[in-house]
Amino acid sequence: MDTATLTEEVAAKTIPIYIMGKRYEVPETLTIMKAMEHSGYQYIRGCGCRGGICGACATVFRRAGDYKIYTGLACQTVVEPEMYLTQIPFYPANRASYDFETAEPTAETIYKLYPELFRCVACNSCTKVCPMDVEVLDYVSALKRGDLTAAAEISFDCIQCGLCASRCMGEMAQYHMAQVARRLQGGKIAPKAEHLEKICGDIDSGTFNDVLEAAKAMTEDELKKVYTEREMEPHMGADEWTPASNHGLA
Amino acid sequence: MKLGYYPGCTLKTKAANLEKAAMASLDHLGVEYKELSRWNCCGAVFSLTDDDLIHQVAPVRNLIRAAQEDCDTIVTICSQCYNTLARANKLVRDDEEKRDTLNRFMDEEPDYAGEVEVVHYLSLLRDQVGWEKLREAVTNPLDGLKVAPFYGCTLVRPEEVAIDGVDQEILEGFIAALGAEPATFSAARECCGSYQMIAHPEEGMNRAAKVIGAANRSEADALILSCPMCEYNLGTRQGDVVAAHDGLSRVPTYYFTQLLGVALGLDSELCRLDLNGPAAQELLVDKKFIAAATV
Repeated sequence: MDTATLTEEVAAKTIPIYIMGKRYEVPETLTIMKAMEHSGYQYIRGCGCRGGICGACATVFRRAGDYKIYTGLACQTVVEPEMYLTQIPFYPANRASYDFETAEPTAETIYKLYPELFRCVACNSCTKVCPMDVEVLDYVSALKRGDLTAAAEISFDCIQCGLCASRCMGEMAQYHMAQVARRLQGGKIAPKAEHLEKICGDIDSGTFNDVLEAAKAMTEDELKKVYTEREMEPHMGADEWTPASNHGLA
Repeated sequence: MKLGYYPGCTLKTKAANLEKAAMASLDHLGVEYKELSRWNCCGAVFSLTDDDLIHQVAPVRNLIRAAQEDCDTIVTICSQCYNTLARANKLVRDDEEKRDTLNRFMDEEPDYAGEVEVVHYLSLLRDQVGWEKLREAVTNPLDGLKVAPFYGCTLVRPEEVAIDGVDQEILEGFIAALGAEPATFSAARECCGSYQMIAHPEEGMNRAAKVIGAANRSEADALILSCPMCEYNLGTRQGDVVAAHDGLSRVPTYYFTQLLGVALGLDSELCRLDLNGPAAQELLVDKKFIAAATV
């Protein structure tokens, strides 16, 4: 029986795509990930959040008659007719170990962990392949000149899919280098949030113990009453609004 | 002219003492420039292999970035960056076939045919500011300081990108404009030892010793440089070089831009003399060019 005839009122039009070289007819509205499942593939790995952020489903594809390599996340990219694709869920890459506590937030830390950084010839293949449109070469260049802050900022959208490493003629693992930079930036270069340190200190020194003990002694009904009757910031409040009680805060 | 400044990696790390005074001096002299917002490593060494185009990609990409920022000229301070960028630019201009191959490889970048001019900071001082105007801007003349000018290789080789002919003496003109005395210095255009200092230390040390020895014989008080690698071999490693060779004595080394900053009377902290070692600071204090308290 012709399924297309049966369901033409409700089903999307199907288009041909090529998964690892084999042709499948799939509804044109599907993402690559759904199209693969529609075609009979079952994900055990190579699929994570399905929300475009975990980096597990990096996919490379070509379009008919076009020499260029295109990339996308399988969970986010809609299929196109005559698309040739394969997922590259993992790419082996060198990840250096280091002790964060003793690591200095300097260029030399990166150079020592990843001396292959200096194999970069600025070919830009990394940037071109990045499914997140991160300017990979720009952060690699920032690392070379020891600007960890710039490297951290430029690489911020990286989801560690590894496609940059797959294309690098210097055999670098750019995304692991950038992660070191982001960790050093966050932990050792960026100014500490003083208010956070203060409030943690207040908590440790017992500022809120009495309030908490009082809450723990309440019945459920009392808790509900206190909660619903709590003072709230007015929706259209004045700029200078402050709560009547600071509940022990200095 | 819209002038872009291409810094180069080392000036942002080890050679901050090459950059800071240089840029403050341009501001002081009223030369307008814009630091490029996007750039990568220059490539460091120009590849001499004829068909090794992949090593031209890094310098050419920088030239494209400069063009994208509407710069018609870029200035560099590091000798190596100057040499690599200028030679890549020349290759793009002169060789249509290689230019086409590079442009095809660049793919997503706009085509480039050598529209940007690459100049070295010294050329900019000589040709745009002029020695006369520089001399007038000097408020703290380096009277009585005898300075050996070290060109090394990459400012003056090969001829087609040389910032100076053999008889033109750009560094000597610069030294004189600061009120100092240029030393007649036989090793001015020798090799500092280059990467051999690491790859073949003995040969590297011998090359450096030749330069230090010539500076000693010229009775120079100081040696000036424009290249972070020369500074490593002749400055950072000078103690080892002097210890390994009889008859040598130490001579303070400076980037030429540091003496420029001092002579223009800029805040000496800008000159980052702390990165040159104590002897370099002491000499300038002894000569009363800078105050002891600021070093």
